[in-house]
Amino acid sequence: MQSPCSGVDPCMLICAFMSTTEFSTWVFLSSVLAGLLGSLTGLGGGVVIVPVLTLLFHVDIRYAIGASLVSVIATSSGAAAAYVREGFSNIRIGMFLEIATTLGALLGAYLTAIISTHAIGIVFGLVLLYSAYASFRTHPHSVRRTPNPLALRLKLQGSYPGPNGEEAYVAQHVPAGLSLMFLAGTLSGLLGIGSGAVKVLAMDHAMRLPFKVSTTTSNFMIGVTAAASAGIYLSRGYIPPGLAMPVMLGVLLGSLVGSRILMKADVKTLRLIFATVIVLLGIEMIYNSVAGRL
Amino acid sequence: MNDQKLELLIGHLLRIGVTLAALVVFAGGVLYLHQSRGPRPDYSSFHGEAQALRSPSGILKSLPSGNSNALIQVGLLLLIATPIARVIFAAIGFSLERDWFYTAVSLIVLSILLYSLLADH
Repeated sequence: MQSPCSGVDPCMLICAFMSTTEFSTWVFLSSVLAGLLGSLTGLGGGVVIVPVLTLLFHVDIRYAIGASLVSVIATSSGAAAAYVREGFSNIRIGMFLEIATTLGALLGAYLTAIISTHAIGIVFGLVLLYSAYASFRTHPHSVRRTPNPLALRLKLQGSYPGPNGEEAYVAQHVPAGLSLMFLAGTLSGLLGIGSGAVKVLAMDHAMRLPFKVSTTTSNFMIGVTAAASAGIYLSRGYIPPGLAMPVMLGVLLGSLVGSRILMKADVKTLRLIFATVIVLLGIEMIYNSVAGRL
Repeated sequence: MNDQKLELLIGHLLRIGVTLAALVVFAGGVLYLHQSRGPRPDYSSFHGEAQALRSPSGILKSLPSGNSNALIQVGLLLLIATPIARVIFAAIGFSLERDWFYTAVSLIVLSILLYSLLADH
């Protein structure tokens, strides 16, 4: 990525002399790229833009997660209509699990004020590494239809258009799914990301929902989860308009372009390249946090 | 109204909300760059955003003065409002289906969202 801020010391010098317009333009262009990368890897723009803002532009991580969080709401809500049309997302399962994710998001947003920025940086790096790994995990397709009494009582079931017509499913391991969703919400509130990777883990692996149902329902939930911490971020002053403006517009544009590319092209090679970028960002994040530079 | 129709309606609503929010943020951004003078804001050390721009009521109060930052924040508030509207519509949809359990679930989620946005943290 071309940026005037690639080194540590020269960057501080160049960035300091940038005008507001130049700075906003660079942040906007980086955000477009982050949105594109996030959409093509399926990880969301947030996990990319936070390290870019902190590592390249030397933005304090609290401002970075604030700006990132609003872009997360934009991408999730912007893509919702397209996902619903495919008929995979499950509004009941989503709403039920949102109790856990929004409560987790409140906790996460409170934790940002208590935990040191170094620790936030390290957790962020680990989540990046896990997300990169998760984007390549294979999905054992053992959808369970065994009637789970708790899931049936809560109507955590549905059907989706499978290869052989409409296929029914029932959620399994509801408490485990709820706990993982609480974790996903906490990470979302702490790091200003959608934490789609953990949400999919909860639905796909713990609750044994079909993969397509998990990913689309997760996307639907991300916006609501992020909105739960956005209010706290706003009142704490984590959302500076001058920074959130180019980030939100850039990530939104990038992810819209990304979803168009996804529909047309086979992105296996792209995914591999981008996952490598995300691993590098994760390592860089952890290294800088440990070195005390974040 | 079935689930699928309800979800489609909500999906379109969200897209309209996001488009509107993006337009307001864009307008605020143009004004912001036009108004900006001197060195760019420093984000490298955290000092928190101006108190007036930290709450929905404060943002709306700063708006009439032609403050570009306030206009951007209005766009961001619209954006935060879209998922909240989504939960409200889901609650209405569930109650029309006479699914009281899920109406209650939606209202719990809604109260958590409103607590976050309206309480002073």
